[in-house]
Amino acid sequence: MRGLVCIAAVIAATGSSVHAATVAISCGAVGRELELCREGADAWARRTGHSVRLVSTPASGTERLALYQQLLAARASDVDVLQIDVVWPGILANHLVDLGEAAAAVLGDHAEALVRNNTVGGRLVAIPWFVDVGLLYYRRDLLARHDAEVPRTWPELTATAGRIQRAERAAGSSRLWGFVFQGRAYEGLTCNALEWLASHGAGTLIDSAGRIALNAPAAESIIALAASWITTISPRGVLNYSEEEARGLFQSGQAVFMRNWPYAWALLQDDTSPVRGRVGVTTLPAGPDGRPAATLGGQQLAVSRYSRAPEAAISLALFLASRAEQKRRAIAGGYHPTVPALYRDREVLAASPLFGILGEALAYAVARPSSVTGPAYNRVSHAFANAVHAALAGQSDAASSVRTLERQLRRLQRRGAWTQARS
Amino acid sequence: MSAANTLHARRARAAWWLLAPMLAALALAAGWPLARTVWLSLTDASLADPAGHAYIGFANYLERDAGQWYGVLADPQWWRAVRNTLWFVLASVGLETVLGVAIALALNVPFRGRGLVRAAVLVPWAIPTVVSAKLWAWMLNDEFGVLNRAALELGLISAPLAWTADPRLALFAVVAVDVWKTTPFMVLLVLAALQLLPRDCYEAARVDGVHPVKMFFRVTLPLIWPALAVAIAFRALDALRVFDLIYVLTANSTSTMSISVYARQQLIDFQDLGYGSAASTLVFLTVGLAAIVYLRLARLRPGALQ
Repeated sequence: MRGLVCIAAVIAATGSSVHAATVAISCGAVGRELELCREGADAWARRTGHSVRLVSTPASGTERLALYQQLLAARASDVDVLQIDVVWPGILANHLVDLGEAAAAVLGDHAEALVRNNTVGGRLVAIPWFVDVGLLYYRRDLLARHDAEVPRTWPELTATAGRIQRAERAAGSSRLWGFVFQGRAYEGLTCNALEWLASHGAGTLIDSAGRIALNAPAAESIIALAASWITTISPRGVLNYSEEEARGLFQSGQAVFMRNWPYAWALLQDDTSPVRGRVGVTTLPAGPDGRPAATLGGQQLAVSRYSRAPEAAISLALFLASRAEQKRRAIAGGYHPTVPALYRDREVLAASPLFGILGEALAYAVARPSSVTGPAYNRVSHAFANAVHAALAGQSDAASSVRTLERQLRRLQRRGAWTQARS
Repeated sequence: MSAANTLHARRARAAWWLLAPMLAALALAAGWPLARTVWLSLTDASLADPAGHAYIGFANYLERDAGQWYGVLADPQWWRAVRNTLWFVLASVGLETVLGVAIALALNVPFRGRGLVRAAVLVPWAIPTVVSAKLWAWMLNDEFGVLNRAALELGLISAPLAWTADPRLALFAVVAVDVWKTTPFMVLLVLAALQLLPRDCYEAARVDGVHPVKMFFRVTLPLIWPALAVAIAFRALDALRVFDLIYVLTANSTSTMSISVYARQQLIDFQDLGYGSAASTLVFLTVGLAAIVYLRLARLRPGALQ
């Protein structure tokens, strides 16, 4: 740390700028993330005369959160600006600076759901940076060959996937599967299963007032449908798949449908991809009332309370999350803006066909109950993912999985794991 | 008489002085964190705000509230983790011991290229656990894994098996990888013991026409037992704390979760410093208890064998 101060002092002494500081930022390193982050940060540094240091963090979200928690719990000033996941504001809120005042002028640009998500106890603890939503990828060539429509509901997807899989296997593609998704008992399964539940009116686990929102009969029927996929249209291995395993199978041409995040698009269309040019993407299937649901993901920028240069850090975070920078990132790297107006921007829409779909999917976005449950969110998510996983793995039936989940949520609630608004 | 006593006292004092740096280092490196963990386990500390915590007694371990039991000891997942861990220890250490002794016996016989084979046997042990776990994760992959491919080509299975995903297979997969990785450790220690064995015992036994199997159980095993017991103790205590292998292969999956994975999840993922410390303290007690029980048993065993 003393090193940082020294560097800052040297820069200040050489007179490039009177208040020059060095700001350390941690950004993700998946795909082109790091490169784009560096370009943006350098542009800010040139403009303000401050300097930027990039801190590398683990690629896995769970690991990065663990690292942040340890750094912040120790009140370390090693990182000033943190890239945080959409479900972390509630967990890390205590350690983050309130950006409300500094961002007041630009807050209206960002999607309201995200701003609400990032507001914990009336404090804006992070500024939205880019957004992710669950999407359905499909093989256009296979659907055309078997005269199938893009499925609009989950039962339709089940039927179409089964039909194409049977026909293709009979024709010799013995290892083709109908549908792959993220079935490992981790945050990814929470995202997938929340989409199943929300699209069937089964609730979103905890509502924004902190009450348990779980319609048991509806949840049971959709979880039972999902459990029927295992070994019929999804390989048993899907029970240990995260995003990349699912993409691996789909990209090698061994699956008809895949649920994944927007990042997969650019990779599926890569020159080396075996399915290049044969993939379509759309919103996820809907429930009986015709409304799909897509779990909201994405990354935010937050400023640590233990930063030695909080003003410069806030300035960097706001610059990176600004409309102009988000537009540059959308065109150069396919990152999805948190500014709804950019989805109507001609240059952005021309950069990738995905932006049109994404604008639509964002309208159906469902947030995980992370802000309201705060520090207890990981427990809620863990209970949910494990209950669903047990049903998928055939260790329990859907009904008893839902009962277990209800019991666990009630226990967490009784223990005061989160504050519940008086109803 | 008194001169001898003084000498003895002086020696004892010198010994304590010589031990002091080691004891101080141990107290700092092991004693302090341990004491702190035990203290935190009696509080409601959270990783979100580690400074502000209150003493809550044994509530993290076991507590009755509104007619329900709570705490680590009332958590079915903890007991599942205990079962998984014990199963893992028995299966992996058992297999490693049998294989280790067998391979060591084979390597004890002089043959051409023995040095090379001995070095080669050590390779799995030399690979960092995370690397070998990742390596095996790909080999065990259901769709692309070489293991399924080989078994399919040989006609042993009709459809690929999901080794790390299927709850019924995952623990077997974990044990198999651990056996692959740590058998060399057993081989090494047993081989060292075998090379110290006196030859005359074997000469005498051979003259008497003792069957080789009988010779192994009556002569070799009792003689290498002290070394083997130490090796088993090391392995068992290590296996009780297993974390990296399971975490890399199957992450937080409940079907393979060990007690260390459970403690880490509570501490880091759930930020519950108090509850997680209670789980960690129980891990420590389990390992400590296992060590005491095992050392007692190991001391009795050689006599029982003869």
